[in-house]
Amino acid sequence: MPFPAKDFVGLLQDAGFDFFTGVPDSTLAGTFATLIERRRFIPAVREDEAVGMAAGAYMGGQAPVVLMQNSGLGTSLNALISLNLIYRQPCLLLISWRGHDGKDAPEHLIMGQVMKPQLELVGIPHRTLTVGTIKEDIAWAGAVFDKQRIPVALLVTKGILS
Amino acid sequence: MRPDDGVLASRGRAIGAVLDVLTDELVVVCNGFPSREAYTQRDRPENFYMIGSMGVASAIGLGVALAQPDRRVVVFDGDGNVLMGMGTLATIGVLKPANFLHIVFDNEVYGSTGNQPTLSQTVPLDAIASAVGYRNVQRVRACDDLAEAARTLLTSEGPSFLLVKVSRQVEEVGRVEIEPVAMTERFRKAALAKRGFGSAEPSAGRGGIGARSDGRTGPR
Repeated sequence: MPFPAKDFVGLLQDAGFDFFTGVPDSTLAGTFATLIERRRFIPAVREDEAVGMAAGAYMGGQAPVVLMQNSGLGTSLNALISLNLIYRQPCLLLISWRGHDGKDAPEHLIMGQVMKPQLELVGIPHRTLTVGTIKEDIAWAGAVFDKQRIPVALLVTKGILS
Repeated sequence: MRPDDGVLASRGRAIGAVLDVLTDELVVVCNGFPSREAYTQRDRPENFYMIGSMGVASAIGLGVALAQPDRRVVVFDGDGNVLMGMGTLATIGVLKPANFLHIVFDNEVYGSTGNQPTLSQTVPLDAIASAVGYRNVQRVRACDDLAEAARTLLTSEGPSFLLVKVSRQVEEVGRVEIEPVAMTERFRKAALAKRGFGSAEPSAGRGGIGARSDGRTGPR
C-alpha cells in the first residue's frame, strides 16, 4: 500500500519544511497535487532555477524542499555544486527515481543507473524512501539539513507515495 | 565596438550609481565582474555575491523575495546570466513578487571570458520582461537617468525590470574577499535582522528545521 501523499506532505510540514518548489514528475504526482491544493507550491521552469530559489528562500529564513524527476538532477548539478554546496545553503531534494531497476522508458535508464553514484560523487547524502520508514527518513533528512547545512536527497521510487 | 560605446557609462559606474540610492534593500549580485565591482564600490551586509552557478542570480533573488515579502529585493544581473536562465523571467512575471526589482547591466558581451558577443546585441531583454508580465519595465543608458529610474522603481509595486545599457569597460577591481559560507551567514542575518513595514511575525517555519531553538526565526 502506498503511503498517502497528503500525510507525507503533512509530515514534511510538521518537520518544519515550509517552502516547496520544483518541476513536476508523475511518480510524485500526488505530492504535487497536495501542495498545489494547499497553495504551498511555487512552480519553477527548470530544476536549477528551483535550486536557486531554494537557496534564496533559505537565506530568507525558510526551510526549502525541491521536488524533481531525476533527469532534473542533471540540470541542477552545477547550481548544487557551485552554489548550495559551496555556500552551505541546505535544501531537501525530493527526487523521483525514474529508471529504477532498469524498468522505464529509454530516456530514464542511464540516469536511473547513475543517479546514486552521482549524488555520492558530489557529496549529497541520500536515502531511498520506504513506506515503513517515512517518518525516520524525513527526520534523518532534517538532521542533515540542520547539522551539515547542505542539500540532502530523499529518493522516491514508483508506488511508495499515493 | 558599438557606436554608442564611447558615451555609455561603464557597468562599474552604473552599479555604483544604483548602490548609492539603496538603503536597506537586499541585493543579489550575479557572478563574474558585477559581483567584484559591487564589492569594490560599496560592500554592505545586505549584498550577496554569487561566484558560480551562472544563470541563477534572479532565481536566488526570487527565493529571497518570496521568503521575505516585506523586504525589497534587488538583483544585479548581466545579459549573459539572463540569457542563460531566461525561463526565470517567466517565473517572475507570473509569480509577480511586488518587492522584486531586476536590474540588468547589459554590455552585450561575456565580459569575464574575453568579450565574446551575447545575443542581447539583437534580443531586447526589456521587451521579453514586458511580454512575460513584469509590472514595470524601463531601459536607460546613462548614470543620471539610472539613479532616477532606480529610485522610482524601488518605490513602485514590482516586479520591475530595469535594463541598463553599459559599455564594455571593466573597472579596476579585486576579488570578493568574503568566504562563501561566511557570505551566506552574513546575508541571511541581514535578511532576518529587520522586519519591513507592517509585519508582526517572522514569515518562516513553525519550529524544527531552519528555525532557532528559541522558536524565533534566524540563523543558529
